[in-house]
Amino acid sequence: MNDHRLQPKISVRNVSKIYPTAVGAHLAVDDFSLDVADSEFVCIVGPSGCGKSTVLRMMAGLEKISSGSIDIRAGNVPGKPLNNVVFQEYAIFPWKTVIENVAFGLEMRGFALKVREDAAKYWLDRVGLTKFAHHYPHQLSGGMKQRVSIIRAIVNDPEVLLMDEPLGALDAQTRVLLQEELLRIWGETKKTVVYITHSLDECVLLGDRVVLMSAQPGRILATYDINLERPRSIDTMNSPRFAEYRAEIWENLREEVVRSMELQA
Amino acid sequence: MTVKKVMGTKSPQLSVVQNLRRFGNQEDGILYSALGTFILLQFALVLSGLWSQWAWPSIAAGFLFLVVGCERVGRVVPFHLQNAYEKSLAFGFPLVLLLMWEIAGNTGLVNPLWFPQPSRIAKSLWDLSVNFDRFSGTSLLGRPWLVADYYRKDGGTGVYALLSESHVLATLTRVLAGFCIGAIPGILLGVVMGVNRTVRLMLDTTLSAIYVLPKIAIFPIVMLMFSDPFGEGPKIVVVALSVFILMTINTMVGVRNIDSVYLMAGKNYGATRLQMMRHVILPGAMPVIFAGLRIALGTAMIVIISVEFLRAKQGVGFMTFYYWEVLVPEKMYAGLVVVMILGVLLNMVLEWLQRRAMPWKPETAAEQSN
Repeated sequence: MNDHRLQPKISVRNVSKIYPTAVGAHLAVDDFSLDVADSEFVCIVGPSGCGKSTVLRMMAGLEKISSGSIDIRAGNVPGKPLNNVVFQEYAIFPWKTVIENVAFGLEMRGFALKVREDAAKYWLDRVGLTKFAHHYPHQLSGGMKQRVSIIRAIVNDPEVLLMDEPLGALDAQTRVLLQEELLRIWGETKKTVVYITHSLDECVLLGDRVVLMSAQPGRILATYDINLERPRSIDTMNSPRFAEYRAEIWENLREEVVRSMELQA
Repeated sequence: MTVKKVMGTKSPQLSVVQNLRRFGNQEDGILYSALGTFILLQFALVLSGLWSQWAWPSIAAGFLFLVVGCERVGRVVPFHLQNAYEKSLAFGFPLVLLLMWEIAGNTGLVNPLWFPQPSRIAKSLWDLSVNFDRFSGTSLLGRPWLVADYYRKDGGTGVYALLSESHVLATLTRVLAGFCIGAIPGILLGVVMGVNRTVRLMLDTTLSAIYVLPKIAIFPIVMLMFSDPFGEGPKIVVVALSVFILMTINTMVGVRNIDSVYLMAGKNYGATRLQMMRHVILPGAMPVIFAGLRIALGTAMIVIISVEFLRAKQGVGFMTFYYWEVLVPEKMYAGLVVVMILGVLLNMVLEWLQRRAMPWKPETAAEQSN
């Protein structure tokens, strides 16, 4: 058992991603290696276009790996999905009601209607969306849509939760609310999470570990262990330790952002 | 220096508003004097007996004054009456047009032989509906008030014989049969083409080439294929073919336009191919499929009416053409009215279907992608 726990939940080994383009091969991700432990919350941060979303999609099996390997260790429960993604654009189906969306993964796995609805209702209640169970997504605000998207993944109970800038499209206040909600949900479920973001506050607030990526090609520049005690809340952001971490990461990220802006210009 | 002075002494915004108001008053003055002149001129024309020679310019000018007048009224309509105002414009103006048509026909301003008055068209529509044409053995609706009698006399066959004399039912049957036979395989092939690159590349060019062909042009070829070229078969098939091509292309576009994030989500949550089809691809393409069905319905109506002009012993298109041959223009117009009513009714059926099939629908396909 002890030995088992030492094995990483996710192991990414020397992964590269090459896109063929009209002007030749484009190296998007270069030699990316990362181990994520069980119940660890890892944030990947970097300038836009650094390939962090590509890394996540490769972990999810939604994009092919050009070289290297990605393994997600299966748990003891058979039939449990290895990973589920929370997409930045929500990607909840406009043609399904909120509860149908939340239960979508369970439906695909062939669970009975009663089981699906009970599980979905529990989580809808946890995020305060019970009233909206039979609404369609176009009747919801952005923050509510992203809540639906998040619990759609949680209800499905995957080994690993992959989140691709889930709060990126939200306004600042809604964002703060959802960050608190994420902390609360994570505290309850202790899922293994890989979380992509471009917000420094967010990665320090949420993560056990922050991985900083450079742009073009996407490489790991540095990793930081965030030793802020849990449970955390928005108040954590006022602590001096938080500011130190933030400043330390920003020092490195700043250069990268400037460089990537120059590259894109 | 001077600029500063002007800006300092007088608020420029205020003077703009004042200017506008003055200009508005000026405009009103011109309008009212023009209207007064126009009315006086009309009286003069009527009294001197010259009005009919100046009828068209008078009507054109009257129309202009009507537009300007309604525009003025629209500016002062209070909010709670806005809806009534819009309705009365939307339905009132067509009524005014019909009334003018009626008067123009009665006064000989237009020749009632080519433009029979609306009242005569309505009357002939009524005649067509209630009378049986002994010569061609047809009626417009199939005399539904006799259904009970015929059923008592001959049972089901009697009712069938009665209803098969109907122009409207003949056209409806052809359109609906052709529509279903064409649309269902069209949607299926469209989905396959949308999902599978190989099939799409192989068929796209051919379909696009056939798409630009006027659908009625294939009618002679379709007639050639049937042992009974004048029967129902070729008519239904030509409708089906035109609907099929349209629906294939539309469905393909609909499937291709599904936001890839939905496909990724479906895949990530473990949907099998079949589940993907049922839960993601079909509902995702639904708005474009229904837009296609609307267009296909219009095309089907065009095709069936033209086919009935060419080769039919029955149908609304045949009826319209028949009254051209025997020169009864008001019945030709009545035929057009029937086609219009059919089109509107079928469109309503489609809208109803769409509401049933897409309960999530906000308004447009654009809103799909959040």
